[in-house]
Amino acid sequence: MAAATKATRVGEEVWKSRVDKVNAELVTLTYGTMVAQLCSDFDSNYAEVNNQLDKMGYNIGIRLIEDFFAKSGVPRCANLRETAETISKVGFKIFLNITPIVTNWAADNKQFSLIFEENPLADFVELPDDGKAQDELWFSNMLCGILRGALEMVQMQIEAHYVSDVLRGDDTTEMRITLLRYIDDEMPPDDE
Amino acid sequence: MSYYFTIINTRDAPLFELEFGTSKAGGDGAARFSPEARAMNPFIVHSSLDIVDELRWGKDAMYLKRIDQFSSSHISTFLTPTSIRFMLLHLPHPPNLAPAFIPSPGSYPPFTPYTSNPLSSSTSSASSSSTFKSSTSGAGSIANNPASPQTEEAIRLFFWDVFEVWIKATMNPFQSMEKVLGSPVFKQRVLGAGRKYL
Repeated sequence: MAAATKATRVGEEVWKSRVDKVNAELVTLTYGTMVAQLCSDFDSNYAEVNNQLDKMGYNIGIRLIEDFFAKSGVPRCANLRETAETISKVGFKIFLNITPIVTNWAADNKQFSLIFEENPLADFVELPDDGKAQDELWFSNMLCGILRGALEMVQMQIEAHYVSDVLRGDDTTEMRITLLRYIDDEMPPDDE
Repeated sequence: MSYYFTIINTRDAPLFELEFGTSKAGGDGAARFSPEARAMNPFIVHSSLDIVDELRWGKDAMYLKRIDQFSSSHISTFLTPTSIRFMLLHLPHPPNLAPAFIPSPGSYPPFTPYTSNPLSSSTSSASSSSTFKSSTSGAGSIANNPASPQTEEAIRLFFWDVFEVWIKATMNPFQSMEKVLGSPVFKQRVLGAGRKYL
């Protein structure tokens, strides 16, 4: 738990001193409008909307990770548990001012869940009542892509997806994250 | 008192409709409109929109108070800054005290604000007698008089509560000002405001 308390402290400190704040409603409305626009552009093909959000998130993540290290100055994580604590208590803290709960570890320590008690992206949102969105759309799917992109840049290939969302009427918002492998530095082919 | 509440957008299309009854003075929160009245309510409210348009430039407040009366139905209005109109039609019980309908030339067909049927007549008389008691006994409850200051104040509080939940509802990115507001959450909150103040 030492790692967790340390991460909490770092997150708090960076959030207080080194982060530019922006109005929460601006973020919420911008993100919400974008998702709504995607839904109308893809003609309510929510699987495709999820996919697009994930891609956008990926592109954010691969850039954001550098900024994250510059702001927080956290050292290399020794294992996935430490990584999870850092994601929750430093990463989410300084970018969204939330600290999702890290829980539901798989026995092999390669899989965990983030439970979001609050989600600034989804304030005010009610999913469209068309009988499909409630079952198919993951409104905050961009966050999955961001984690995937960010961790890929630090040699971790992960898979992230939502398993429940309060917007769909579930009790909690839960994201499941699986470590697939550590990416080894590979020699480019035909490099002598 | 029975209420018919509707939200009308800038193109005069209704976005939301709800009927409910008083919860004060032992009321059960159910609307008691006769079938004819129920059919007439949207027309009565719509005919008052012209009055709203006349009043809106002369007043600073969003709450325009009681602006119109048709037979024994009264209309109160709240006008948001973006010209969305909250219209509340309130029809007092008991019907036997309601003024008789006086048809004006070329007017709508007469309607009875209340027709007694075996199902609701007993509850109606019970609630009307208790309403009478409480209105004589003291302030705090809405008198069965749509023109009284208590009613005006209660409706003002109701409108402000609805305005707050309305703002939240319109912040939903999937909601547009041209679309009917079908959110069950919104409906529950409006009903809650109704229970609290009316």
